Amino acid sequence: MNPIAKSAVQSALDHFLNRDVYLHLETTNGAYAVHKQESTMTVGAYIRNGRICFGRGVITGEGPYRVGLKMEIGWVYAEGLTDFEIDQAGRLLLAGHDQEGRLAVALELSFTPFDL
Amino acid sequence: MEQHVLVIFPHPDDETFGCGGTIAQFTQTGVPVTYVCATLGQMGRNMGKPFFATRESLPNIREAELEEACQALGIQRLIKLGLRDKTIEFEDPELLSARIEQILQEVRPSLVLTHYPGYAVHPDHNALGEVTILAISRLPVQERPMVYVHAFARDCQNRLGPPDIINDISALSEKKLAAIRAHRSQSQVFFPRIANGQTKKPSSKNSLSHMLERESFWTYHFS
Ligand SMILES: [Zn+2]
Repeated sequence: MNPIAKSAVQSALDHFLNRDVYLHLETTNGAYAVHKQESTMTVGAYIRNGRICFGRGVITGEGPYRVGLKMEIGWVYAEGLTDFEIDQAGRLLLAGHDQEGRLAVALELSFTPFDL
Repeated sequence: MEQHVLVIFPHPDDETFGCGGTIAQFTQTGVPVTYVCATLGQMGRNMGKPFFATRESLPNIREAELEEACQALGIQRLIKLGLRDKTIEFEDPELLSARIEQILQEVRPSLVLTHYPGYAVHPDHNALGEVTILAISRLPVQERPMVYVHAFARDCQNRLGPPDIINDISALSEKKLAAIRAHRSQSQVFFPRIANGQTKKPSSKNSLSHMLERESFWTYHFS
């Protein structure tokens, strides 16, 4: 992955407009957050292979960045994004890493389902 | 002497951090060790430091790290259950326990190492420990292996008393270190100097030096 280049991510988002696409959306503070007393709560959520269609997708902010995908009847939102990659399968991988390089948030789009 | 040791944990690196020295002790003396690793740790948040893995590349990277760590510890046989990280507690426990029972019948271990259900912090640890205990409890009493359970919840010593098995592994620390290094996507964050190839043992009394000296377990008693 590389630090987010806003224009490259914006054109990648445009590439997925108005198509059925697969979404991986995740946020986590780690399964050991409470155990290591980094936080008072262990929190996390993810959806893998949600199938969505969005007619507007925008990246904003000055870094860390935010992404919003506007669907016909709803939204997908992620904040804290720092790094991106367009992988060999043409998937857009966006992630937010903390100072230790640990993943804290991820938003990924693909035309084919992600591996289980 | 043990005839065969069966190790059952959910994540690549559980075998190394918790009991790599103990495993190496067995393999060094010629005791075969089989490791059942339930997931590929797909949802870990450690990606290396500096990070080199992505959410999508992590499973393959961790699978390769696992193979390397098994080699370092002398684990002869690795059985991957193909489950997904963070989902074990949502699977059907009867199906999982039947799978473990099948492996127990085949391997016929004299000793099983697994997590102490309820005292192992991560939901996957507790869930897999629980189905493992369930599977073993269903064996006829005379066929049951010994079971050492690993626990590290903050209050586990208060609730369980001190562990009864305290294993001095200092003679095996190089092997454990090699396995820790093999799991680089995970270990670089905790032990950057070790993971990046420094070979000298740490001198200070930190968590790593403790980890290289002893490993402790509770003997599980079936009621
Ligand atoms: Zn684990």
